[in-house]
Amino acid sequence: MVLNAIYITAATLVSISILLTLYRVFKGPSMPDRVIALDVIGIQLISVTALFCIILNTSAFIEVMLLLAILAFIGTVAFAKYIEKGVVIEHDRDR
Amino acid sequence: MKYNDIILQTVTKFISFLIFLFAVYIFFNGHQEPGGGFIGGLMTSAALVLLLLAFDMETVRRALPIDYKIMTAIGLVFAVGTGVGSFFFSAPFLSQTFGYFHFPVLGELELTTTLAFDLGVYLVVIGTAMTIIQTIGEDN
Repeated sequence: MVLNAIYITAATLVSISILLTLYRVFKGPSMPDRVIALDVIGIQLISVTALFCIILNTSAFIEVMLLLAILAFIGTVAFAKYIEKGVVIEHDRDR
Repeated sequence: MKYNDIILQTVTKFISFLIFLFAVYIFFNGHQEPGGGFIGGLMTSAALVLLLLAFDMETVRRALPIDYKIMTAIGLVFAVGTGVGSFFFSAPFLSQTFGYFHFPVLGELELTTTLAFDLGVYLVVIGTAMTIIQTIGEDN
């Protein structure tokens, strides 16, 4: 019971840090600020999922964490390429 | 202007195989645990999208000469074929069966015809997602 309270406290702290990161998403003066903030929110969602796995005493959400990590990585790479080059998928880069 | 994406390309060569392995794992795991053909197909197309991001359309098309529209058709044939196959055993449409088989290395496994239906879903999801992405990404 005490252990469960610790995990719920940890989940609350991560939720507060998601809110603080959301401030950077809304306020962030430049586009890269917002992209980095969204990537950080993805990582924090992974930790929230892990904590809820422990709280609910199940292993059904293990794949969700890997999935979120992969999607956060691909999304950040796509945004970075859009900011850098203006296109997400090139037709032929050697041309 | 030429860009040098050596870090992204090196990471992609490693990580795309990991994503593909995860997709195959989640596809075969769908019978007992969360997963299945849909999310496995989406993860496989995520690996292909990562290749498209790090390299370009022509390189990926040379490396994987797959027509994704034909892949969608093959997936639909798989899905309908498992349904029609039940007619040969005088069972209703889409009746599924399973059996236990012994394999040399893996031991006893439960094989179901649901896996063939799931393979159809997997191929259709990859084909549809990649057709959409390639069609949108290709216009100049």
